[in-house]
Amino acid sequence: MLMNDTTAPEAQMPIAPSDLDSGKTPKMKAENVNVYYGEKHAIKDVSINIHDDKVTAFIGPSGCGKSTFLRTLNRMNDTIPIARVTGHIELDGEDIHAPRMDVVQLRARVGMVFQKPNPFPKSIYENIAYGPRIHGLASGKAEMDAIVEKSLKRAGLWEEVKDRLEDSGTALSGGQQQRLCIARAIAVDPEVILMDEPCSALDPIATAKIEELIHELRGKYAIAIVTHNMQQAARVSQRTAFFHLGELVEYGRTSDIFTNPRAKRTQDYITGRYG
Amino acid sequence: MSLTIALVAVLGVAVLAALFAFRRAKGLRGGGARLNSLPFYHAAYTFLWAALPALLFLAIWSPVQQGLVDTAVLATPQGQALPDFDLQRNAILGEARDIALGNRSVGFNSEASVIAPIYASAMARYAAVGGGIALLLALGGAFFALRRIGVEFRARTGVERWIMGLLVAASLIAILTTLGIVLSLLFESIRFFGMVSPTEFLFGTQWSPQMAIRADQAGSSGAFGSVPLFWGTVFIGAIIAMIVAIPLGLMSAIYLTQYAHANVRAWLKPILEILAGVPTVVYGYFAALTVAPVVRDLGISLGISSASSESALAAGLVMGIMIIPFVSSMADDSIAAVPQAMNDGSLALGATKSETIKKVVLPAALPGVVGGILLAVSRAIGETMIVVMAAGLAANMTANPFESVTTVTTQIVQLLTGDQEFDSAKTLAAFALGLVLFVITLILNLIALRVVRKYREAYE
Repeated sequence: MLMNDTTAPEAQMPIAPSDLDSGKTPKMKAENVNVYYGEKHAIKDVSINIHDDKVTAFIGPSGCGKSTFLRTLNRMNDTIPIARVTGHIELDGEDIHAPRMDVVQLRARVGMVFQKPNPFPKSIYENIAYGPRIHGLASGKAEMDAIVEKSLKRAGLWEEVKDRLEDSGTALSGGQQQRLCIARAIAVDPEVILMDEPCSALDPIATAKIEELIHELRGKYAIAIVTHNMQQAARVSQRTAFFHLGELVEYGRTSDIFTNPRAKRTQDYITGRYG
Repeated sequence: MSLTIALVAVLGVAVLAALFAFRRAKGLRGGGARLNSLPFYHAAYTFLWAALPALLFLAIWSPVQQGLVDTAVLATPQGQALPDFDLQRNAILGEARDIALGNRSVGFNSEASVIAPIYASAMARYAAVGGGIALLLALGGAFFALRRIGVEFRARTGVERWIMGLLVAASLIAILTTLGIVLSLLFESIRFFGMVSPTEFLFGTQWSPQMAIRADQAGSSGAFGSVPLFWGTVFIGAIIAMIVAIPLGLMSAIYLTQYAHANVRAWLKPILEILAGVPTVVYGYFAALTVAPVVRDLGISLGISSASSESALAAGLVMGIMIIPFVSSMADDSIAAVPQAMNDGSLALGATKSETIKKVVLPAALPGVVGGILLAVSRAIGETMIVVMAAGLAANMTANPFESVTTVTTQIVQLLTGDQEFDSAKTLAAFALGLVLFVITLILNLIALRVVRKYREAYE
């Protein structure tokens, strides 16, 4: 790690500017979250807020823990037997680890889109209808049709697939598959959408479409996106969190992080000294 | 010279030639040349050329020689004096061979002792011919290979080609054996169908394979309608056994892949696989001695008066248990092959674990599971020991699992054990049954393999 005189004040400096979002109730609030994979301490004491009307980007070099942290927000780390999470995470003021919190309900409220498009090997229609059917959101064929249409429209995929809803979801192109996965997440009407490097397996044109989609979804859902592409973070997000070695180094307005980083490590990363 | 000596001689020639090739190739390198192949490959190339053609010739020659010797002996005046009756003549020739080989000193038939010296000289003559040809082949091969040794010679590629040839031969042996099995079944079956019409055999519902030995024997009409046998086979192997094996196998596979902790899985999976290693005879005891009485008592307590101590249910239940490892290990493989991303995608939508398994994992794994089940069915209907011991012999067409039924394999055993003439319809019927069973399992396996292959394409 690069060390010189200017890093000295970093230790005392708060992670986020004090004037940032004060007085606003965050959608999700994480306090002193630690994640352990067996012996490995993957996330160290991370506290961060996710806001309703904003896109929050998590950036940092590979292996810095940004995806691991994202997965704590809908308790997807529960599916990994060796992972252990401590700390406090709230959704609308409710503790998501509380015994009365149903993890299944939590995941319906906090949806997720993965790095690699993972449509089910079913028809496009069935891919979208899967979640609503499980949660009983539609009480008939007509309602389900409406949900499917609305979700596909929101994900910007309707025009491309409306005539072949019975085709397999796996037959779509990579970018279409990822938008199908976003539509699938939208269909259960979540409050928060977590995106784990959603464009890393896509070509530039498909990436541009997803980024455009994120713009359109902002305001309707709280969005947290993990990306290793700094230009993407700058383009789509209003808040950026920089992770390094499992620590949250800096959190702030995206414009500040990229033009005027306060921590030396952030500056080194965004100027390409390491990554 | 006996063929054993020829064998040793061939190997000796090959080893010597290989050593010579090694030294020569090394000498070339010592002379400063950069060889295309290492000396080892030159030696291996020479060895293969010297040994393999000669060995192949010996392998073909040794059965041929037997026939040639017999013919030669029979052509002599003493040979022509032997009785014409095949069985008797062959017995005498066999004894003569034993005496000639020194395995016994005097024959039961006096002619044998007369023939023996002739036999011995014929044998020596033909062994000398065969051994001589083999040795010539070995020397020729060695000479051919040694001549090619040189700086530029690509011995490595040559050895590679020989090895590929060996591998092809190995796989051909399995295929040719299958072909041989089919042909042997086919010829006997054709003889059978010469006596009993195929329509009667395939569609008749009466099975009573008792042929009259004497013309005046009563009650031995002989009926060869195989439908009751195939019904019994399907009833036990494809219905009752699968009712047991499919749910248990599938559920254990789901538990092992989705729920079990890694440590539990490491213990449970091998234990489950031990089931597959239990000899089927042991399952047979278990079915006949333990399960069958319980099933009979259960049937009687349910008021089924025809409940028999050899029942379809007892055999089917135990066969189902035997098949569990087949179903579960195929299902295990195909469930484990469903990408974790599918699981994650479903869980992230708020599906529970069992919803995820039921609606995403199992449908994705279905082709593999179906393939496994078809293979298990084909294994179950070919299974013999359990049904021989526990299913019974009565060819009943019944859907009552407490009654005794019989299967194709049981009847084959019945038809072929004991003293039988090999040209009666009764014994030949066994081959026809075997042929039909073979065709059925072959079709099942082909479908299963096709289903499994189609599935593999889906995720790669």
